[in-house]
Amino acid sequence: MSLLTAENLSLSFGGVHAVREVSFAIEPGEVFSIIGPNGAGKTTIFNLVSRFYDADAGAMSFDGTDIISVPTHRIAALGIARTFQNTELFEHETVLTNLLIGQHVHRETSLVADFLFLPRARRQELEFRRKVEDVIDLLDLQRYREQPIGGLPYGARKMVEIARALCLSPKLLMLDEPSSGLNPEETEDLSFWIEDIVADLGITVAMVEHDMNLVATVSDRVLAMADGVVLATGDASEIQQHPEVLRAYLGD
Amino acid sequence: MRFVLKTNYGQDVNLFLHGGQRFWYGLLAVVALAAPLGLDTFYLGEFALVYIWAIAGVGLMLLVGYTGLVSLGHAAFLAIGAYSHAVLLEKGVPFFVSVPLATAFCAVVGYIVGLPALRMTGIYLAVATLAFERIAAWVIEHWESVTGGHFGMRVPEAQVFGLPLDTPVTFYYLCLVVLALCLLAAMNLLRSPTGRAFIAVRDSEISAQSMGIDLARTKCSAFAISAGFTGLAGSLFAHKIGYLAPDAFTVQTSIQLLLMVVVGGLGSLHGVIYGAIFLGLLPQVIAFGRDVLPSAIGEIPGLEPGLFGLILVLFLIFEPLGIYGRWVKIRLWFDEFPLYRKATYKRQRSYLRTERVR
Repeated sequence: MSLLTAENLSLSFGGVHAVREVSFAIEPGEVFSIIGPNGAGKTTIFNLVSRFYDADAGAMSFDGTDIISVPTHRIAALGIARTFQNTELFEHETVLTNLLIGQHVHRETSLVADFLFLPRARRQELEFRRKVEDVIDLLDLQRYREQPIGGLPYGARKMVEIARALCLSPKLLMLDEPSSGLNPEETEDLSFWIEDIVADLGITVAMVEHDMNLVATVSDRVLAMADGVVLATGDASEIQQHPEVLRAYLGD
Repeated sequence: MRFVLKTNYGQDVNLFLHGGQRFWYGLLAVVALAAPLGLDTFYLGEFALVYIWAIAGVGLMLLVGYTGLVSLGHAAFLAIGAYSHAVLLEKGVPFFVSVPLATAFCAVVGYIVGLPALRMTGIYLAVATLAFERIAAWVIEHWESVTGGHFGMRVPEAQVFGLPLDTPVTFYYLCLVVLALCLLAAMNLLRSPTGRAFIAVRDSEISAQSMGIDLARTKCSAFAISAGFTGLAGSLFAHKIGYLAPDAFTVQTSIQLLLMVVVGGLGSLHGVIYGAIFLGLLPQVIAFGRDVLPSAIGEIPGLEPGLFGLILVLFLIFEPLGIYGRWVKIRLWFDEFPLYRKATYKRQRSYLRTERVR
């Protein structure tokens, strides 16, 4: 059974049809990339899945649950984590605090337990701290641990954002242009990490990406879209030679 | 410079990082506890007032400094706490029941006031809370059967553990203990998921949501908790002033409370204490200035609110991180001497959402 299925999703902003009748299915354990020129509606699809936008029409289900109208904050608990194109971190806090906020979905204490810092609140904090350390280890963020986000280089912020998403222990990780602003070496590291995330943690990855090298290296399947419409779905080499895709990128 | 070798995760969770901190905070506690031995009753009363401001400040700091929601309505919570406590005492409710009830009542009102905050940030929220403050003031002025209207009401005498509250020493210790408990509660909150959710909402609502944080619940509970602390301060404040009248809780009180957390340093509990000391001492300094300065300057009408406003503006321009921020910079200067870079804090943006009105 597919992990995430979307059927005939449509969304328009006034007269602009951002997404028109888009259907796709993401299978468990794969890396699914969405490509397309600027304004194709790639990020809009992510925002629809994250429930930041309400779809005008269509259906979505994740892991057997209908998610077309669940509240935005429930998405994380269902097992979908995401990053943002221009990084949305908690600027004034340290990397450690950012990652601890990523553990929020695993919270079991009540407000009263937090107020009194009961033994179970302390146990929970220690458990969160240990799990955060696992993620720090995985992505090699040790040297940034105590640093505030405000002072980090952009590449490190990108990795912290991925780390924060991993702290949710999601089933599906959505990466919105993970390689933008990274240098070639960092992009190469990124491709290894994505492979590790899929292979070692068993997390399915969906990714919006412009760097075709990265897409071709890590993706199992690629969805190409333009002007809100799906052009083609297939493996990276098929997509790169697809006449419609070439036309969308290069013109007639 | 001190490097702390961490050998277990508990060290990241504990309130004090190292022995030095334990020593200095312990010393501070001893000094605060011993103060009645060496201070005369006037200054004991002033310090009790500083503690009361600090309790209200903890509440406002959680809201403004940690959740990023501005409120100009906190004088109303102070008033509601004070009046409901006094009314309960009058009905014969014992002190240690009445205070929690007044606190809880304020928290409920705070939760309701928080509801409109779901759709507002920055200046709009400030205006909405200001409107709430005016409504509360109107109710207090006109609900004469309960509050005594313009004539006000006397706060009944109360006893704690058989000791009368109107002796300065008892009252001083009561305020000190309540403040200590409030600080402990706030620190607990901030090292657990609830407090981190506040911070997440402050820094990025969109990613807070994608982390599974319920914006509506978080903002409303921030308002409720903040109002609860302020109401608790209000119930102590009632005993401090002894007689409640509407003119004890005005918009200027709200502005003073906001001034306290901004001047102290947004986003830190240390800032609350610095701000409260500042707020408690300023009237003394102004009174002293009136005596010393020539009467043409010293007796300008509106000198006090004018100075409060001026100081707020100067802090926002020159030291947005407040007194605590200045202290952190000074400490870093010594730590890194002679390598301190002036630009270390240049990249930090300010905490208040008002600066990014959308």
